[in-house]
Amino acid sequence: MRNAFASEITAQAAVDERIVLLAGDIGNRLFDEYKDKCPGRFFNCGVAEANMMSVAAGMATCGLKPVTYTIVPFLTTRCLEQIRVDVCYQNLPVVIVGVGGGLSYASLNATHHSCEDIAFLRMLPNMTVICPGDPVEVRLAWREAIQMDGPTYIRLGKKGEPTIHAETPRFTIGKAIVVREGTSVCLLGTGNALPIALEAADLLEAKGISTSVASFHTVKPLDTELLTTAFKNFAVVATVEEHSVLGGLGGSIAEWVTEQDPQKARLIRFGTPDSFMYVGGEQNFAREHFGLTAGNISSKIETSYRQTVPGRAPGEAGS
Amino acid sequence: MSTEGATDVRAIARRIRGKLVELSHSANTPHLGSSLSCVDILVALYWGVLRIDSPLDENRDRFILSKGHAATTLYAVLGERGLLPIELLDSYAKPGSPLAEHPIRGSAPGIEVTSGSLGHGLSLGVGMAMAGRIKGLSYRVVVVLSDGECNEGSVWEAALMAAAQKLDNLMVIIDYNKWQATGRSEDVMAIQPMVEKWASFGWSSSNIDGHDVPRLMETLAKLPDGTGKPVAIVANTVKGKGVSFMEDDNNWHYRIPNAEEVQKAKQELDLT
Repeated sequence: MRNAFASEITAQAAVDERIVLLAGDIGNRLFDEYKDKCPGRFFNCGVAEANMMSVAAGMATCGLKPVTYTIVPFLTTRCLEQIRVDVCYQNLPVVIVGVGGGLSYASLNATHHSCEDIAFLRMLPNMTVICPGDPVEVRLAWREAIQMDGPTYIRLGKKGEPTIHAETPRFTIGKAIVVREGTSVCLLGTGNALPIALEAADLLEAKGISTSVASFHTVKPLDTELLTTAFKNFAVVATVEEHSVLGGLGGSIAEWVTEQDPQKARLIRFGTPDSFMYVGGEQNFAREHFGLTAGNISSKIETSYRQTVPGRAPGEAGS
Repeated sequence: MSTEGATDVRAIARRIRGKLVELSHSANTPHLGSSLSCVDILVALYWGVLRIDSPLDENRDRFILSKGHAATTLYAVLGERGLLPIELLDSYAKPGSPLAEHPIRGSAPGIEVTSGSLGHGLSLGVGMAMAGRIKGLSYRVVVVLSDGECNEGSVWEAALMAAAQKLDNLMVIIDYNKWQATGRSEDVMAIQPMVEKWASFGWSSSNIDGHDVPRLMETLAKLPDGTGKPVAIVANTVKGKGVSFMEDDNNWHYRIPNAEEVQKAKQELDLT
């Protein structure tokens, strides 16, 4: 995802002189080509994220399109007040691009985890929150975000995430992309958890439960059209995110559901629990530590599905 | 500046002070002491320094009142300068008025940024000064901070970056009235020595009498000042300046004058 972003911003900034890249002492080699092609529009703002965010807002008041970039927790919760007051309250077109979303940097301990950023940022008026599901979506999300008139947050993983989209899908902010059709269970994956949702769908299909998967890349604004259809037609709707179950995609949809008429589907949220991790270990270990695995997700959904749709034996084809 | 000109700006400053006292009373809003302390700085800027006559000109100078709690000073200055309609000024702090107790960007011509939460304005100013460079424009950016505001770490992050970027189109003026909301600023945090602090952060730094309007005009107009550095002016001021019974009395950070006190203040300001 990281490299996809670097190549996209380089291409776009080469033709749009309003784009300015502000980085928090990170990504030095990553942006070498950008710096070559866009001299005078890259600034290493040092380890001073609060200042970087307000500097971006100040630039935006003068007609530039600043992009701030560093590791998610330092770019979001560290300088939340600057985002709230200078970027969101003033409603300025700053694109905030965070690298290392969720548990990407699990081994560096929870100072580098970001399982609360979606919750904090989606709470801010005027903010759009996008979590691209693969490198293809990163490119498409970026192209849309840089055209926005207000603040946008793009949450990246790190590098090496699998490509989900074999062909370029149609990408619109606020419109989820169905990546797999199914009829009984609907999985909504966001950001770097999309591959987990797809893997869980494989396991459910193997148990005879027809499963649809959508890349729910925009957490704010919600794709209420897709949600309305999903809650009407499926037995189970489940969210999968590398973020706390509190306040992220799952939390957001739970809020939405409470405002609707009683729904057919039951909502299940998968994410990290309300706790920090106090041990070392890479991303996959951390996912297991928190139960954010395809095996765990598929077995919980299967149990719930069997309760919701009684009389169906394991192995029997889904509806 | 001629003696006549100096008399004029002093009269303007007196009228603005009178307006601040009236507004605090009529709107029942605090921060009068903080507003009075920076009147002369803003008068010097708006009558002698800033090129702001076309609020939509891309190359206008930018002014940021980072100490947003002195909003009435900005509003009254813009009103007196003819940039903000008087009817709008008189709506200050009334329900539904665009002029809130802290400034909101775009609420009226000349309100360049939203302020109120301290420690944001200098970073915004750094961004504006850098944007000027990027766009090849010659405008200048002036930011007024309070001394209490310099408690905020983000001020010093911005100070470091401005020096690294050699932003000689940026000036910060510290309204150094020696008080913050609940105590002497030098007791609350180790704020002194102020001039040396800014100098050690890589700024062209100096002291000035923050109530000597003609001298302020002369000094503040020197931007860039030829050093290649951002400029920091530590303006020594008196909180509540211009009204004897408010001067250097920190109760007036929050206290609101009654009708009798408004009259007394206006008499002192030769406005009756």
